[in-house]
Amino acid sequence: MPSLMPRAAEPFRFFTRSCLTLMTGRKAKDLNELVDYLKTASEPVIYQHTHRFLRQHQYLVPEPSNDFAYWTTHMLQDERLGERLAAIDTVRFHSLNDLRRALVSTIEQHLGKDGILRQAPEGKEFHFMSAVQFSVPIQYQAHDLVEFRDCLSKVGIASLYLHIFEAMLRPPLGTNDFSHWLDTSLHETELAGRMAGLDLYSHTLEELRATMIGFIEGRLQELSHAEA
Amino acid sequence: MPKLEAYRDVVGAQTLEELRTLARYLEGKSVLHVNSTAVGGGVAEILNRMVPLLCELGLVATWDVIKGGEAFYAATKRFHNALHDDAQEAMPEDYQVYEETIEQNFARLRLDAQIVFIHDPQPAALVKKRRDSNNHWIWRCHIDVSRPHPQVWDFFKPYVERYDACVFSAPAFARQLSIPQVLISPSIDPLSDKNRELDRTEVTAVLDRLGIPTDKPLVTQVSRFDRLKDPLGVIEAFQMAKPYVNARLLLVGGSADDDPEGAQVLAEVRELAQDDPDILILSLPPTSHVEINAIQRASSVILQKSLREGFGLTVAEALWKGKPVIASAVGGIPLQITHQHSGILVHSIDGAAYWIRQLLRDPEYARRLGENGREHIRQNFLLTRHLRDYLLLFLSLDHPGEDWIHL
Repeated sequence: MPSLMPRAAEPFRFFTRSCLTLMTGRKAKDLNELVDYLKTASEPVIYQHTHRFLRQHQYLVPEPSNDFAYWTTHMLQDERLGERLAAIDTVRFHSLNDLRRALVSTIEQHLGKDGILRQAPEGKEFHFMSAVQFSVPIQYQAHDLVEFRDCLSKVGIASLYLHIFEAMLRPPLGTNDFSHWLDTSLHETELAGRMAGLDLYSHTLEELRATMIGFIEGRLQELSHAEA
Repeated sequence: MPKLEAYRDVVGAQTLEELRTLARYLEGKSVLHVNSTAVGGGVAEILNRMVPLLCELGLVATWDVIKGGEAFYAATKRFHNALHDDAQEAMPEDYQVYEETIEQNFARLRLDAQIVFIHDPQPAALVKKRRDSNNHWIWRCHIDVSRPHPQVWDFFKPYVERYDACVFSAPAFARQLSIPQVLISPSIDPLSDKNRELDRTEVTAVLDRLGIPTDKPLVTQVSRFDRLKDPLGVIEAFQMAKPYVNARLLLVGGSADDDPEGAQVLAEVRELAQDDPDILILSLPPTSHVEINAIQRASSVILQKSLREGFGLTVAEALWKGKPVIASAVGGIPLQITHQHSGILVHSIDGAAYWIRQLLRDPEYARRLGENGREHIRQNFLLTRHLRDYLLLFLSLDHPGEDWIHL
């Protein structure tokens, strides 16, 4: 272990997340009904339909999409709007209200141009859902880079999701929990920046884990060389 | 019965760790499940496994069953059908029989657990006994109530709204209610007798014992003899496909204590099939789990041609065995099958007949459907996921209205 390696006064404590899905009982059969409810729906409803897809498919392939894009494309057969909704970069938004505005604006622009109001077949309506999120402390905590790397290699995928994706919506906005701690507690600003700069949609969570561990090991080698 | 640790090879260590972590916050909490039958049907099967596993995780879980006479079960069967389908009706006297039976059950049921978990409409009105908010009450609806008969739903709705939360199996089943509605799909137990791995010798022994010939590919539907499972439609579909394929249809059913209609439907099925030597009908006792397992494993194609479904756990069971499944796009079945990826969804008898022919003619395609189906069930519909959702639901009861719960 390199002796130059900084040690944090406050450890990084790993949490995991779990989620209970709620249903609102509200549904939409066309874009007018969809956009009407989107304007007033609670933030957990927006969250559920923009992040659920990501969570469900995290172990398969990167899937930069959301439920609105999926429903518009596959149930309304409106590929053009589906593409535009899918192209909205969910993690770029640091508040769910900003994300809601982007979704509403995209749909309303499309409604203004396309005079046809398509209806979903019976049984294929959009069902608005919500969720209760749980964050639960787990046994892992790290004071330095070696401990951090070891923990990162062991925690479950739900923990990675919590600290990487969901962190973007919590203060400090726009960064993941790992980068924030590396920067503020270990003063590893460059490493923190590299991890924050990863394109989250180009990797599965397992790939993100492997890439981050690679970055940390690279930094550990630098510290060892500097010591030598 | 298998302990939680036995699931490690099927679901992975992280899943078990998550369950144990969540359960620590519920240690010692008493949970009473109440339903209407101890054997037969998906609810009893799930509770049979769920209750011991909750106990192993440190909760004090118990299970009780309401008791009723023939008139009560006939009434609740009509309620069940009417909640499934707005064209079905209940009889005027059903409401009184129902209320009286619920009253009689108050004398023998202890409803003082910290969480009282009521399953389905039959015991739903037990919530009348709820006196104060000292304990939590959950209503778990296993059936599709997306198009209920209005009068029957109006009868149950005030009871439902006295619960702290209700649980449905699919998004389309949600109603406009004043209480939180939670989405929890049911599940199958991969280690139960009905789903555990069986070797070829065991499968052959069961088929020999039951007198099921294996000289032709088997096309099988496993379901209670119930009109909503459309066994007559299955026979019709098979007879439409039969000129094109050399196969045998196997209709395997059981009965449950709370289903008085079963014998009548079975008689109709036998009558329709009597002239066809390639149709076998088996009525098995509700405990025939290994037999069902072996029959599903021996089949080339599995059908679930229901007209209405709550969830349709027999689909998950068949998919878990890697079998190609042709099923109606009703209830929770579309959650289990993505058409032409993890199975086949149909909307008619003709559709079922067409796909029976296709799958028997293209076994490689059928095999791929089965493989994808098995993986989908592994990710989403095994008992451990169900158990986690119940733990989360229990935890949420102490945090009403909160979107983020930090434990």
